[in-house]
Amino acid sequence: MSPLQPLLRVLRSLWGGRGIPLAWLLLTRQPVRLAVALAGISFAGILMFMQLGFRDGLFDASVTIHRLFDTDLVLISPRSSSSVSMAGFPRRRLVQAMADPQVAGITPVHWNLLLWRNPKNLSTRSILALGFEPTDPLFTDPSLASKATVLNQRGRVLFDQQSRAEFGPVAEWFKAGRTVESEISGMRVRVAGLVSLGTSFGADGNLLTSSETFLGLMPNTPPGSIEVGLIRLKPGSDPAAVISRLKTSLPDDVTVLTKQGFIDFEQNYWRTSTSIGFIFTLGAGMGFVVGCVIVYQVLYSDVSDHLPEYATLMAMGYPLLTLLGVVAREGLLLAAFGYLPAYAAGQGLYALVRGATQLPVAMDTTRAVTVFTMILLMCMGSASLAMRRLADADPAEIF
Amino acid sequence: MAIEVQGLQHWFGSGTNRRQVLQGIDCRVAAGEVVLLTGPSGCGKTTFLTLVGALRQVQQGSVHVLGQQLHGAQRGARQQLRRRIGMIFQGHNLLRCLTAEQNVQMGSDLLPGLSYRARRDQAREWLRAVGLGDHLGHLPHDLSGGQKQRVAIARALAAKPQLLLADEPTAALDSQSGREVVDLLKDLARQQGCGVLMVTHDPRILDIADRLLQMEDGHLFAKPL
Repeated sequence: MSPLQPLLRVLRSLWGGRGIPLAWLLLTRQPVRLAVALAGISFAGILMFMQLGFRDGLFDASVTIHRLFDTDLVLISPRSSSSVSMAGFPRRRLVQAMADPQVAGITPVHWNLLLWRNPKNLSTRSILALGFEPTDPLFTDPSLASKATVLNQRGRVLFDQQSRAEFGPVAEWFKAGRTVESEISGMRVRVAGLVSLGTSFGADGNLLTSSETFLGLMPNTPPGSIEVGLIRLKPGSDPAAVISRLKTSLPDDVTVLTKQGFIDFEQNYWRTSTSIGFIFTLGAGMGFVVGCVIVYQVLYSDVSDHLPEYATLMAMGYPLLTLLGVVAREGLLLAAFGYLPAYAAGQGLYALVRGATQLPVAMDTTRAVTVFTMILLMCMGSASLAMRRLADADPAEIF
Repeated sequence: MAIEVQGLQHWFGSGTNRRQVLQGIDCRVAAGEVVLLTGPSGCGKTTFLTLVGALRQVQQGSVHVLGQQLHGAQRGARQQLRRRIGMIFQGHNLLRCLTAEQNVQMGSDLLPGLSYRARRDQAREWLRAVGLGDHLGHLPHDLSGGQKQRVAIARALAAKPQLLLADEPTAALDSQSGREVVDLLKDLARQQGCGVLMVTHDPRILDIADRLLQMEDGHLFAKPL
C-alpha cells in the first residue's frame, strides 16, 4: 500500500466522496457573480502582495551595503543603533579576535556619513563613506581588490556610480575622462575610480577610501577607533562556537554578530524605530478587510438566493452539516481561484516596480504562502459567517 | 401502517396571538395506500403535512410515521426519518444549478453504500420512468412546468421512500399535464409499495385515491369517494 493512500482517503472524506460537485456548480452556473467574487479576491490579494512587497523591499534596501561585505562575523559597538549612527570601538578588540584559532582574517572598517560637495552646483549632501586598508579584502565582489590599489595614494576615493543624481554628475564626468575633484568636510578629494554598490535607506550614495584618507577627513576621530570589524573564519569552522568564545574573551564594549545578524540588526532598526513597517502592514491589512467584505457579500447573497433550495435539501433528509460543507467548499474554491490571478499579477507588478524604483522587490515563497494563507482565512471566515444564514433555511416553510 | 396519528393538536403564535390550527386529529394511512386530503385553504392541511413529514416539532398528540414516534423526537432523528419520506412540493423546488439528471441524483445520493456510477444510473433510470429519458442534461430553466414536476417526482422516488407526501403537485399545471403527473405518481408509488398522502384542491384528480379525507377548521373527516 502506498503511503499516499491514507492521505487520499482523508482528503476524499473531507470532500465527501464522489458525488455531484454542488459547490462548484453553485459558483459556476452564475458566471457574473463568480467573476465579481474572483475579481474582488484577486484585488485584495494584489493589494496584499504589493504592500508586503514594498515593505520587504524597503527593508531589503536598507541592507544593500551590509550584504556586500566579505565576512563571517561582524564586530560593532553596542552603542551603534543603525547604519546612520555607527559608534566607534577600539580597533584592538578586532586584533584580539585574531587570537581565536578559527579566525582566518580581519578587516577594520571606518564607517560614517560625511558631507559631499556636488562638484557641479556646489551644494552639499551626506554620503556614506567607508574607510579600509586598500590591501584588505572588503567586499565579496573580487573586482574591488584591483580598483582599491588607487586608494594607496592619499586623498583618492572610489565613487559609487549608483549614487543618486543629487551628488553631481561624477560618474559621467569620470567616464568622459575628466578629472573629478570635490570636497568632503572641507578637504579636497579626487575620484580615482567607480564602483557599483547601490543606495539604501540610510545612504543616498556611497564612497570608498583608505583608512588614512578617512582619518584625514575626520580629524576628531580618536586614533585606533573603528566602527565595524569584519572577521573571516577558516573553512569548516563553526560560527556559533567562535561567537560564544569571542563573547567571553572580549570585554563588553563590542557586540559580536554573524553577517546575517548584522543585516538583521539594521533591518530591525528600520522595522521597529520607524513607521515604515507599520504603514505597509496596515496597507496589507486594508486589502485583507476589503477582500473579506467582498467575499462575505458574495457568499451571503449566494446562500440567501439559494435558501429555498437548501431548505429542500434539508427536507429531503440532508443533514445541516452537508449544507455547511457546501458553503465551506465554495469558500475554498473561491480562495484557490482568486489566488492564482493575484499571484500572476503580483509577479508582473513586482517587475514593474523593480524597473521603476530599483527597489529589490521580488516574489518569495514566504510572502506567496502568507498571502495565500490570508486569502484562505478571508474566504473561510466569510464562508463561516455566511453559514449563519443557513440557519434560516426552515424546511417547514417551503410547502 | 405508514402513518398513525392520534389526538394531534397544533398551535401557531404565542400569548394572545396563539391560534389553534389542528384540533385533535386521528388518522391512519396503510402502506401502499393512496389517500387524498382536501379542504379550503387555511384549514391546516399543510401544517398537518409538515408535521407528518417530520419538518416541524410535534406539540401535542401522537404521530407515528414509519414506526417512529415523532412527538419529542430530536432534530437528528427527524432528519434521519426524512430520508425515508419522499416529498413533492407545489413548486417543483428543483436545484436551479443542477441538470435534471443531477437533481434526481441528489435523491439517489441519499441511499447508503452505492457507488457514484450506480447512483447515476439509478437517476437516469428514474428519469426514463417519468418519460424524460431524453432530457437528462437539461437545466430546470429549460423544462416546462409539467416536466419539472416529473423531475421532482423522480427525485422523490429515487431515494426509495416508504411514504410519499405531496402538497398540491398539480397546482401549477394545466389539466392534461396535471393528470399525467398524478397518474405517474400513483403508478410508480404502487410499484414501490409506497404509501401516498396528497393534499390537493384539484377536483379532477380525486379518482386516483383509495380514500378521501376532508379537513375543515382543524378537524379531519372521512369523505365518501
